[in-house]
Amino acid sequence: MVAIPFQHVLFLAAFLFILGLLGLLIRRNLIVMLMSIEIMLNASGMAFIGAGSRWGQADGQVMFLLVLTLAAAEIGVGLGLVLQIYRHFKTLDVDRLSEMQG
Amino acid sequence: MLNLLWLVPFLPLTGFLVLVATEGKLPKAYVPWVGAGSVGLSALLAAGVGVNFLGQTGSPMEFRQVLWQWMAAGDLTADFALFLDTLSLNMMFVVTGVGFLIHVYSAGYMAEDPGYARFFAYMNLFVFAMLVLVLADNLPLLYLGWEGVGLCSYLLIGFWYEKPENGYAARKAFLVTRVGDTAMALGLFLLFAQLGTLDIQETLAKARAEWPVGSELAVITALLLLGGAVGKSAQLPLQVWLPDAMAGPTPISALIHAATMVTAGVYLIARTHALFLLAPPVQILVAILGAVTLLMSGCTALTQTDIKRVLAYSTISQIGYMFLALGSGAWAAAIFHLTTHAFFKALLFLAAGAVILSLHHEQDIFKMGGLWRSLPVSFWTFLIGAAALVALPFTSGAASKHDILSAAYTADPWLWAAGTLGALLTGLYTSRLLLIAFFGPKRTPAHEHLGWNMILPLLILAALSLFGGHLEMSHDEVLPRAEVPALDSFTSAITAAAPFAGVLLGYFFYGTEHRYVEALVRHPLGASLYRFWFSGWGMDWLYNRLFVRPFVFLAALNRGDVVDRIYQTVIVLARHGHALLVPTQSGQLRRYAAGMLFGAALIIAAGVWA
Amino acid sequence: MELALFYLSALIAAASTLMVVIHFNTVHALLYLIVSLLASGFIFYLLGAYFAAVLEVIIYAGAIMVLFVFVIMLLNLGQQTIQQEKRWLYPGIWYGPAALCAVLLAELLTLLARSEPHVAGTVVASKRLGIALFGPYMLAVEAASILLLAGLVGAYHLGRPLRSPGERPHGRDQRD
Repeated sequence: MVAIPFQHVLFLAAFLFILGLLGLLIRRNLIVMLMSIEIMLNASGMAFIGAGSRWGQADGQVMFLLVLTLAAAEIGVGLGLVLQIYRHFKTLDVDRLSEMQG
Repeated sequence: MLNLLWLVPFLPLTGFLVLVATEGKLPKAYVPWVGAGSVGLSALLAAGVGVNFLGQTGSPMEFRQVLWQWMAAGDLTADFALFLDTLSLNMMFVVTGVGFLIHVYSAGYMAEDPGYARFFAYMNLFVFAMLVLVLADNLPLLYLGWEGVGLCSYLLIGFWYEKPENGYAARKAFLVTRVGDTAMALGLFLLFAQLGTLDIQETLAKARAEWPVGSELAVITALLLLGGAVGKSAQLPLQVWLPDAMAGPTPISALIHAATMVTAGVYLIARTHALFLLAPPVQILVAILGAVTLLMSGCTALTQTDIKRVLAYSTISQIGYMFLALGSGAWAAAIFHLTTHAFFKALLFLAAGAVILSLHHEQDIFKMGGLWRSLPVSFWTFLIGAAALVALPFTSGAASKHDILSAAYTADPWLWAAGTLGALLTGLYTSRLLLIAFFGPKRTPAHEHLGWNMILPLLILAALSLFGGHLEMSHDEVLPRAEVPALDSFTSAITAAAPFAGVLLGYFFYGTEHRYVEALVRHPLGASLYRFWFSGWGMDWLYNRLFVRPFVFLAALNRGDVVDRIYQTVIVLARHGHALLVPTQSGQLRRYAAGMLFGAALIIAAGVWA
Repeated sequence: MELALFYLSALIAAASTLMVVIHFNTVHALLYLIVSLLASGFIFYLLGAYFAAVLEVIIYAGAIMVLFVFVIMLLNLGQQTIQQEKRWLYPGIWYGPAALCAVLLAELLTLLARSEPHVAGTVVASKRLGIALFGPYMLAVEAASILLLAGLVGAYHLGRPLRSPGERPHGRDQRD
């Protein structure tokens, strides 16, 4: 059993999450935005795992499993949408996709 | 038979409903049978009920019939209940009897009118409302009848609604009487608030028991009820509507604005006499109003050129006599004058209607003349009515007017002087009317072809005007007897001579070739006096300046409608808010994410510093 | 020793994630993301969640990221995309988001620092995980499978090739 300070795990998870957030806000490329979302999901999964490990319960891993499932389904549909968008708009610039304005 | 009392008002109502339900599609021959027949049946029933009632012994002589419970809210209960005593019996006879005769006359008069069925429907509704008014056991029901006759008056004055001035006259009548009605409603509220009941007999008994003579409450209540009576009966200051109401067909001028509706005010005061006895200042006010009104309208009648307007001002004047009687304490005399006035004024209006019809709707008396030969029936009946109006001896008018003047003298000699002067004026304008319209050179050709349905009512009313003076009903159970000592011989001589003096003056001014009158009118003072009297003593001008113009000014100020502006403000604010918030919905994903994060940061900050 | 390993892999994860955000070339960013995920997987192993570590590598780094690679290859972006990214990612763009994220990070760290120190590292066997999944979390598993089904159908439909050369993709003026 490795004694890792729980707080540090959470710090790391928070930091990774913020980095993903930064990527989401800064980048205009649709694919990179999706990657940033993956980063955020991974960070939250890490928090769950850490909590499960701290309390010694399986619930943390179960949550992580569900988060993983979520990420997989989301990526499947999301990338399909990216393909359609590229075919229609001929660009991956997310700022151009602003027809729902006003 | 007494139990059939409820049919008396409800038969005309049935006539109204039938005529409304058939929407004017009933064959024209049936319409007068329904219209006049319902009132005729009602009159027969009223006669039967009356005979039955008067044959009763034992006192008090009253009969109450409760039909159903109308209102029950908190402390207020009002039933649809009919109450019969000699006063309401008298009124019922007048309304159904004279009403029936006028309905029969209208069958002939309105025969050519396209609105034939509508006319009878409104007339039946009116008779229903008037009967509810006089037979009402409680004040809310009386008010229902009061409003009902006001409504029918509006409908019938504006009967020929295609002409805008008829609508204007109808609205004027309705609005002016509304002022009175509001005062009366306030009076009813006050009575209920103070006495807790609105049943007429109970209210009067309680008032007599609880309020001392001359107390403020009694004075205020009596004043408010007087306001209502003044509006309906066209006395000062609310008399301005009656002359314009002559825009309606002549039968309704006869029925509503001579015989029945305008006497509702007199009935109200007689019915609630106990209240007025508790408020002597108001009772004196009634007499003063009556006296002033009768003089004012008598002077105005001297100047009018439309035959119906002369009769209208004459009606105002005669109701002034009734008010004078009520104010002087001669209650029964007022009701008696009401009855005889119904006879001869209805006769005068119907005869005038026959004249108008024969001259193809010519109403200006200066365009008439020499009709005494060409229109015999109209002339002789008109003459009889005029004689009764002037109160020549052996007519019904004389009997009632003499009682009134005697009572007035006992109350206050000035009131008697006003009444006697009024009698002189009555003689003057009546003889003027007769001389100009029926005598002198013929200016418009006329042929009399009146159907029997028009001649018979005229004859019956003429007989009543002559001999109706013997039909005085005793109201001793209901109204206090007036203790009137006989007039001393000098006063009674003047009282008897006044009508004759008026007639003689009229012949002097108008019977010869109008020289003296025309000289008077040419003089600048005479001319301005003529104009002043012609305009009804300037009351229309006064009300226009005092009420109509400020109101129109205020309405014009609010043309943009303040309340609407408030709602517009809501719309404008919403639009501006929208315009402010629209930039946030740019459609750009990253900005949305930034917004969400910003909110999250704020919320977590709240958690951090909590 | 394991503690040092933990801090090392934490450092690698953080650094490679930062590279993901910064790089212009999409494929490079993707590869850095794979490194980050592998480092995360190792951290999970150190925390005693063996099954989760394996899943992270197989599914996350192995399937999802590969999917990303496929899509990038399909799109055939090329050199001009890199130029585009260079233009889009100018220094001035960092200020606002960096400030916002710094605030958020500060808040998170403050809140986390307030808690009492605990120790993580208990090994949770896969067997217990399996029992939990088939026990209390059965409905969650079913829901997840339905979600995957929905994702499958959606991805299949959205990724459909065009029927004919003249057919337009899902545009708003296509009656479909």
